[in-house]
Amino acid sequence: MLRVEGVTQIFGGLTALEDVSFRVGKGAITGVIGPNGAGKTTLFNIITGLYTQTGGKVFLEEADISGFPPERLAPRGLVRTFQNIEMFHQMTVLENVLVGLHSRSRSGILSCLLKLPRQLAEERRMREEAHTWLEFCGIADLGGVEAGALPFGKCRLVEIARAMAVNPRILLMDEPAAGLNSRETADLELLIRKIRDMGVTVVLVEHDMELVMDICDAIVVLNLGKKLAEGTPRQIQENPDVIKAYLGEG
Amino acid sequence: MKRDYLLFILFALLVYAVPTFFKGGYLLNVLVFMGINTMLAVALNLLLGFAGQISLGHASFFGLGAYCSGILTATYGFNPWLTMVIAAAGVGLLAFGLGFPILKLKGHYLAMATLGFGIIVYIVLNETVALTGGPSGLSGIPNLKIGTLLFDGDLKNYYLIWTFALVTMLLSINLAHSRIGRALRAIHDSEVASRVMGVNARLLKVQIFSLSAVISAVAGGLYAHTMSFISPASFGFNFSVELVTMVVIGGLGSIFGSFLGAALLTILPELLRVVQDYDIVVYGLLLIVMTMYMPKGLAGGVAACWRLLRSKKVKAVENAQG
Ligand SMILES: Nc1ncnc2c1ncn2[C@@H]1O[C@H](COP(=O)(O)OP(=O)(O)OP(=O)(O)O)[C@@H](O)[C@H]1O
Ligand SMILES: [Mg+2]
Repeated sequence: MLRVEGVTQIFGGLTALEDVSFRVGKGAITGVIGPNGAGKTTLFNIITGLYTQTGGKVFLEEADISGFPPERLAPRGLVRTFQNIEMFHQMTVLENVLVGLHSRSRSGILSCLLKLPRQLAEERRMREEAHTWLEFCGIADLGGVEAGALPFGKCRLVEIARAMAVNPRILLMDEPAAGLNSRETADLELLIRKIRDMGVTVVLVEHDMELVMDICDAIVVLNLGKKLAEGTPRQIQENPDVIKAYLGEG
Repeated sequence: MKRDYLLFILFALLVYAVPTFFKGGYLLNVLVFMGINTMLAVALNLLLGFAGQISLGHASFFGLGAYCSGILTATYGFNPWLTMVIAAAGVGLLAFGLGFPILKLKGHYLAMATLGFGIIVYIVLNETVALTGGPSGLSGIPNLKIGTLLFDGDLKNYYLIWTFALVTMLLSINLAHSRIGRALRAIHDSEVASRVMGVNARLLKVQIFSLSAVISAVAGGLYAHTMSFISPASFGFNFSVELVTMVVIGGLGSIFGSFLGAALLTILPELLRVVQDYDIVVYGLLLIVMTMYMPKGLAGGVAACWRLLRSKKVKAVENAQG
């Protein structure tokens, strides 16, 4: 589904990623773990086109998408959530999700200015679909609330609803459980499974090891910008290098 | 959303009813300017309030629209309606070409770049004397005409200009409640997230910059054809700043706010004539106090008052019942 090949990222003198390669299987949940500063977010930023890597390539279903800007990846079904929540905070929750539908709607500036019938029909369809995504994420009651006024846990869910509205084939989540309490984390786990069951491939960066070991089909471990290990949750748990890296971190 | 349209209908009725109270004269003349300023403030709000991109050179699009239409009619005898369309299209293309390099910049750098553009236009208008008449201005610009109806008096101009201003407001409200309006606000809040959602932020910023410039150019044409005389002094840096002030004071992202801001900044200098030499001081103080106590602008202030009144009313009813 997704293939990362020899990706290297150098910031000034700092090598954030060095020759990282791995594959993400279709329809699976793949975990990317590693200590703080391992380069996980940097990897996501490269895959989603926010950074241009120093070297290496990224393939989405055999198509080379290296260097594609994010707005070209959304229509191809690649979308992400953010570690430091990136909400449209002055807009309502429903409007946030509607922005997720942007790449699947067509009305141009002119038909929006003139409210042409086609635009009105499209708008109605978009609102209906946005509602279904709010329901899907269990936040249907929050549609009219201004996103900036939401508690942290709900923001994570809005980000997921918004990303699902893009109709992704592959969804990258950067620490979706960070800052959630145990009940919210349990709900999140169910939600991620539900997303996988819809046939969406999931890549998950997460520090909550219980969650990762529970739901991931495969795991890639990064440490200091290098791939340390790769395998099933069981293999990773028993890998001495991984144990050393985590213990060494403290 | 429905509330915006309801408010718009009421506002439009009010606008068309106003001249039955003031048949003419000085006040009507001020209201004509208010209409032009409203158009300009709404146009700038699309860029500044929605997309969150600053322009300190918007007076130059207004000026280019005015001069383009003014010169083509006064000097070359074209039909004014035709020249307004030519001016709008020309300015739109210019803004589109300018937008690509300039809107890559952010914040202070974008402010500087648009400021620079405004200054260049101002200098060109002053220096190309053969074409523009230079600092002493361009006169003899004909009025607009529909059939035999010539827009020459204040009353006729009032209806002409406010019709354009109302159309601008209505189209902007439409845009605000569409996927494009949402995409613009998304860029404002988080450009990165908007792009991940598939919004082509770079192109959309340029498009809205151009649309804003086109509306400003149309306002410029209207200004030229109602005044019959224009000079570069109306299109300088001061006026660009004044436009930004209207949008900010009115309330970023609020179409009715832009009207309120434009109305206030059109009327205030007239009212402050009573304090003569101190007008600038009072003017400045008022703006400072207002930005301090109404962070969401006049529109936000009005909305807050409205909520307060309603809650008081509800309480009064409850008290009466209980
Ligand atoms: N834009 C940037 N410019 C310079 N250095 C950067 C940039 N982005 C990340 N880095 C550096 O790259 C390294 C990897 O950072 P990254 O955010 O990818 O880590 P991470 O694995 O996501 O960590 P965490 O678990 O804390 O989120 C860090 O040392 C960080 O300081
Ligand atoms: Mg990170």
